Amino acid sequence: MSLLWLRFALTCYFVGLIYAFFALRRTSDLFSRIALHAASLGMVFHFVSLVELFLSGQVLWALGHNGESLLAFLSMTFFMIIYAIYKTTSPGVVVFPFVFFLTFVAAVDEQPVLLTSFVQHKGWLIAHIILIFTGYAALVLSFGASLLYLVQERRLKAKKPSSMISFLPALETIDQIGYRSLLLGFPFMTLGLITGSVVAISAYGRVDFTDPKILLSILMWVVYMIMVFTRWNSGWRGRRAALLATVTVVAAIVAWVANYFSAIHRFAS
Amino acid sequence: MRYQLIGVNHKSAPLEVRERLAIPESKLPDCCRDLAAYPGIEEGMIISTCNRVEVITHTTNGTADLRGFLHDHFRLKAEDLDPHLYEFREKDAVRHVFRVASSLDSMVVGEAQILGQVKEAYATARAVGAVRGQLDQLFSRAFAVAKRVRTETAVGSSSVSIASVAVELAKKIFGTLQGKNVFIVGAGKMSELAARHLMAHGCASIFVANRTYERAIGLAQRFNGQAIKFEDLYNSCDRADIVITSTGAPHAIFRREHGEQFLSRRKNRPMFFIDIAVPRDVAPQMAELDGIFVYDIDDLQQAVAGHIADRRKEAEQAEAIIASEVEKFEARAHTLDVVPTIVSLQDHLETIRQAEIDRVRGRMGSLTPEQEMAVEALTRGIINKVMHTPITTLKSAAKESEATTVIDVVRRLFNLPAKTKESGVEADSKKDEVGTRQ
Repeated sequence: MSLLWLRFALTCYFVGLIYAFFALRRTSDLFSRIALHAASLGMVFHFVSLVELFLSGQVLWALGHNGESLLAFLSMTFFMIIYAIYKTTSPGVVVFPFVFFLTFVAAVDEQPVLLTSFVQHKGWLIAHIILIFTGYAALVLSFGASLLYLVQERRLKAKKPSSMISFLPALETIDQIGYRSLLLGFPFMTLGLITGSVVAISAYGRVDFTDPKILLSILMWVVYMIMVFTRWNSGWRGRRAALLATVTVVAAIVAWVANYFSAIHRFAS
Repeated sequence: MRYQLIGVNHKSAPLEVRERLAIPESKLPDCCRDLAAYPGIEEGMIISTCNRVEVITHTTNGTADLRGFLHDHFRLKAEDLDPHLYEFREKDAVRHVFRVASSLDSMVVGEAQILGQVKEAYATARAVGAVRGQLDQLFSRAFAVAKRVRTETAVGSSSVSIASVAVELAKKIFGTLQGKNVFIVGAGKMSELAARHLMAHGCASIFVANRTYERAIGLAQRFNGQAIKFEDLYNSCDRADIVITSTGAPHAIFRREHGEQFLSRRKNRPMFFIDIAVPRDVAPQMAELDGIFVYDIDDLQQAVAGHIADRRKEAEQAEAIIASEVEKFEARAHTLDVVPTIVSLQDHLETIRQAEIDRVRGRMGSLTPEQEMAVEALTRGIINKVMHTPITTLKSAAKESEATTVIDVVRRLFNLPAKTKESGVEADSKKDEVGTRQ
């Protein structure tokens, strides 16, 4: 039943995906309103799906694609918060395809099972998952904002009359969205790693720093920290910020993929 | 549809002619009264702006001497005025009014001011009783059409002056201009105008640097800002988010290395340079830096030209809206024309029916209520059948140009009383009545 709700959500997110492609070409208030309503409806279905999943007790045993579903939902939540503050749907250009992709993966495939040995540390594990995924969602949004910043900066520098009727908000608004997402995501990511370590220590008695998952997660956190620091200290924007955000996101993806290779934090079929 | 319009505008007459026709606001009510009292005119109003003077009327027979009114009222000779006049009647007059209200006939197509001016002229004429039913209908529709044009096209959405383009660009960079600082380098007229626009949009403070320090002080005082000595320019410039520069320097005064210094001191917060100097004050290499946006006079003019071209494109769409609205208005006006005839016809036949029933009632003796109802139903049925074809013909003719001929034929055939002048509201209520009777 949970999968059915998720597929309903996926259908709604598909409207958002179409909007993302459409918005790159031209601006339409009507379409952005439709996409927003579709996304909101999708979130309702998605929420029902997650609640059902949680109540069924599967959330801990089969976390592979449920994790993707949760990450998609959190990313959408961030998007809605940003919409509530800045009244812009333009981050959807990045967020909608990302959310659609994650929901698609979660809605169509069998669930790979994630390490069943952590069952006894349920509370910590839930905290770890939610904190890390909130951090990921904020990172995605920040990455999206840095790309949009680049696009808007290019448009303004190109000095074409169309630069003034672009669908994007003002440069400084995009910058604020990116920076605030970054600042918000960092503590979540840090606490997520700490809770993850607690779970690992209580399960294995130590944190194995040679494990690819652990190593890559720490590497991602370091890059994330560098990004926050350079932004805070030197106000890096534009190309440099986009480059750093790309590196961080790539590090996050690699850390995620490491779930397939890790000895202690892995998916099993 | 006996609308008649005469006037001059920026395209048909030079300023000297328009000046002689211009009516001061205080004299407009009297002028409207004179117009409404002029022979052959039922209702009238006058739009007088710096770009146009137009007399719009609804006449008794569609051939009022509006030129005569202008000659008499403004004491102008025909040879001085007539070559500059344009005149529209009926459908063309309606189209022209719609175009003017929608700002398609303006010097700067899409400017918003004209609609307000037309509304004021309408209110003035209405207040003195010069505008009643017919012009009321025309202008209520014109305002609705103008609103439709504004919402369905982007004819008025983009800026078409250098100062407003500069403000728009600044907003695209900074979002809101609240709390932003402006630096004027070189106290020229253009930069002062741009600064005035920026301040009007919420910029917090202004700094002025000029080679002649006294001029900087003078300009700074006008904006309640701060004068900066020219030698301190590079040390203070990073305090500004927006720099408007227009010095007469023969070479660039802002180079890439200055930009790098500013960005470093500002922690890479963006800066917007509006360079309206010729030769340019800002070296082109400055624009290569991330976070520095430079628009020179050519870029701004190009943006303005682009917006004007966009407006022209949108205006084509607006013209299509107006064409369809004129058709609708004409059809509605013709429908209103036939309503009094239909009502007269119904009244006429009802009178005959009642008279015939009264005449035969004596001969038939007393009737039971059932018989009374049967007679009533029978006679009504006959009348309705007789009326059906003429009413259907009138209604379908209302949509065509032959409406007036058909109305005349029906009136003559049934010997209906002469048509009376009815207000739009009365005609509207009768139209509803006709609908229910049918």
